Amino acid sequence: MKLRLALAQINTRLGDLRANLEKHLTLIEKASQAGADLLVFPELSLTGYLLQDLVPSVSSRPNSEDPIFGPLLDASRDIDLMVGFVDEDSRHRFYIASAYLSQGQVLHVHHKVYLPTYGLFDEGRFFAPGSSVRAFDTRFGRFGMLICEDFWHASPPYLLWLDGADVMLFASASPGRGLNGEAKLESSAWVEHTNRAYAGLFTTFVVHANRVGFEDGLNFWGGSTIFDPDGKLVVQGPYFEETFITAGIDLNQLHRTRARLPLLRDEHPELVQHELERIIHGK
Amino acid sequence: MENNLSIDTGLVRKILTGFIHSEITRAGFSRAVINLSGGIDSAVSFVLACEALGSQNVMALCLPYETSSADSLEHARLLIDQFGSSSVTIPITEMVEPLIKHDPDMSAVRKGNIMARARMIVAYDQSEAFKGLVVGTGNKTEILLGYTTLYGDSACALNPIGDLYKTQVRQLARSLNIPDVIITKPPSADLWAGQTDEGELGFTYEAVDKLLYFLVDQRYRPEECVEAGFEEKLVRKVVERIRKNQFKRVLPPIAKLSNRTVGYDFLYLRDWGT
Repeated sequence: MKLRLALAQINTRLGDLRANLEKHLTLIEKASQAGADLLVFPELSLTGYLLQDLVPSVSSRPNSEDPIFGPLLDASRDIDLMVGFVDEDSRHRFYIASAYLSQGQVLHVHHKVYLPTYGLFDEGRFFAPGSSVRAFDTRFGRFGMLICEDFWHASPPYLLWLDGADVMLFASASPGRGLNGEAKLESSAWVEHTNRAYAGLFTTFVVHANRVGFEDGLNFWGGSTIFDPDGKLVVQGPYFEETFITAGIDLNQLHRTRARLPLLRDEHPELVQHELERIIHGK
Repeated sequence: MENNLSIDTGLVRKILTGFIHSEITRAGFSRAVINLSGGIDSAVSFVLACEALGSQNVMALCLPYETSSADSLEHARLLIDQFGSSSVTIPITEMVEPLIKHDPDMSAVRKGNIMARARMIVAYDQSEAFKGLVVGTGNKTEILLGYTTLYGDSACALNPIGDLYKTQVRQLARSLNIPDVIITKPPSADLWAGQTDEGELGFTYEAVDKLLYFLVDQRYRPEECVEAGFEEKLVRKVVERIRKNQFKRVLPPIAKLSNRTVGYDFLYLRDWGT
């Protein structure tokens, strides 16, 4: 099965939901016309990243009554969408979230589990952490979503792999940092290395949409990627430039790679469970 | 301990021109004002601003004092001619003399601070006249060491080079076609005749940048820097300078009384809503 993916490597307006929604709708139209099956937006694509005290005023609920999600759900009748937003739950806790929309329905919402609160990051001050990592079924197969720091930790991609995700959709608003004389920032090099590694280690597709632009002194470096189950780069967006990328992936690649390299077949989750029981509970 | 102060100038240039363009345009402006001292730091900020905004949108200010070195003005002119920006020359002598004359015993430091703050007044006045934002020229070395006049040369609306050490600014300058004479002359605030940064600080930028890189960027302890061969006296002096000058790097503290106080729990980026 062939799948046409589109990545929206966009800049956002900080705290301006309406302006960001308009940009989403424009790009959705463009992706539809390009024949894309799925359009992936970066982390917090509807709100901007460094929200601080803006968080409670830019939250949405992923349902058709919501003024932001209503139009997005309508648009998802033509093309599947992954969008980034602030989710406010019924108890008024705020999460960094990504929603997968398809044929007018919300198929899955992922709440960012790992909230970086160190260095330049302060997410734990403003957001509640998610508490689950789940794969979900789409009309193209079983997918999984993670947000930025989630895949700086090895366990969430591993869990998605075991839960059946053959396409991992990663969203970031990754601030660029780290000079070392190379033409690539240390943060960009790190994310590319790990994403390539996940693709290869889990013989799966890894799709990463990262934003661009600036918020005060922070730059966001873009360079969105798709890696195939052999760990090969399918496509990469430019660094620092707003861009719209489409690329075809062949899901039958999973068959070929896993026939050659049956890492999934040979994986031993019971061993992991057993050893984790011992490590955590001393059993 | 590996020292890596080298930068890819193409990468840095791309980020910094993007930063200048973004932060000026989203604030509703399209122009910049820069105090051009004739030195390397302001030269780099100036060229980056010309590249980001177009040189017709950059106003270079030459603000000499009567004892300023003739080279300073000449080097500023070299840049203005080469990059074709607008410029204005406003001597500050007549502004500052009445205040200086007030106290016959005034120290060189006080006079220097007055000059730096007079230049800030002119820059912010030109900011309104030219409808451009003041682009800063302070590098990471001087910000960490506090080698700057508060509300003087450190005053700006945005600073593109504040995360580059002096030796990194030099690398960037070489890639920006800045005249060699500006890159190679001894750095000086030019506040009195014969003043040089390295003479006044008591160490070279080459040496202190390496030390700062270990202490600040790589988070080595001072004693580890001494073990690695840095002179203990230098390490102690630099560590103390960094601590003592923190006040120049933050907004003045507000005494907290209410449940919501600017600076503590009223937190928004400047780019809020844009």
